[in-house]
Amino acid sequence: MADDAPIRFELRRGAVTAVPLGIAVGLFGVSFGVLSATSGGMGALPAIVMSATTFAGSAQFAAASVLSSGGQPLAAIAAALLLNARYLPIGVSVAPYLTGGPVRRFLQAQLVVDESWAIAAQGEGRFDSSRLVGAGIVLWLCWVGGTIIGAIGGEALGDPTVLGLDAAFPALFLALLVGQLGSRLAVVAALLGAGIAVALVPFTPPGVPIIAAALAALIGLVRR
Amino acid sequence: MTDTWLVVAVVAGGTIVIKASGPVLLGGRPLPARVQSVVALLAPALLAALVATTTLGRGQELVADARLIGVGVAAVALALRAPVLLVVLVAAVAAALARLAGVA
Repeated sequence: MADDAPIRFELRRGAVTAVPLGIAVGLFGVSFGVLSATSGGMGALPAIVMSATTFAGSAQFAAASVLSSGGQPLAAIAAALLLNARYLPIGVSVAPYLTGGPVRRFLQAQLVVDESWAIAAQGEGRFDSSRLVGAGIVLWLCWVGGTIIGAIGGEALGDPTVLGLDAAFPALFLALLVGQLGSRLAVVAALLGAGIAVALVPFTPPGVPIIAAALAALIGLVRR
Repeated sequence: MTDTWLVVAVVAGGTIVIKASGPVLLGGRPLPARVQSVVALLAPALLAALVATTTLGRGQELVADARLIGVGVAAVALALRAPVLLVVLVAAVAAALARLAGVA
């Protein structure tokens, strides 16, 4: 029993640290719920189920926006999964610090999102798995709860263009993008990605320009 | 409706596999440096593409309408370090006002 004390302490510490971020994540969930329920993309129930099972904001917004612009399901899936590809290196970075058997490691890995990963980071590439779990659970509850509130409230809102909600999608992606521009190469990839997408809009079905923009990431292979 | 559920199911399944593959399958081995440097640039490239297409795209057309004004206001709000929800809110309000003022 005594051995559990430090683990519980870190669990609680992760959860407490996550509360302010959780409020932001919850409000973000509200906007996902509202946009999915109103802009003809998805509907309330699929949006709630998606938040509970996917738990990755930008990918969910990407899928909803491709669907609402009339894109094919395959394009929505590809855009969302390409965005979530960043969880591959993030998962690799925490892997040495997760504990227990495969099932436990699998469940801990599902609680990794950008915010819980940041809370669990202890510098020099080290991570605390208990803090990750504590933060992850709080953030998941806020994300799903926010989506439920937004989806149910959103269905009552009516025409999204009158309210300017169609401008909310790009504003949100812009906010997410700013957080990803940590290096000069990232800025170049962003400009290139936007350029590719805009150039393709007139010639391809909706959704395809976004997938093609992934090619911009290949500049990462250029030797510096 | 069926298409929507297909997207929900496949995105969820794919994301679960992506998140688990590091901790469960790779077992803590690092990704090759070249793979890592490409994957790191996927999010900025795709998010920028989403900003561009959701601002300017309407089906297969490129149009400059009230959304552009909304996104411009959002950029100013972001530069002033406003929280995300406020950024989204001012963008929506700006676009709605622009439409009221007669912008398409």
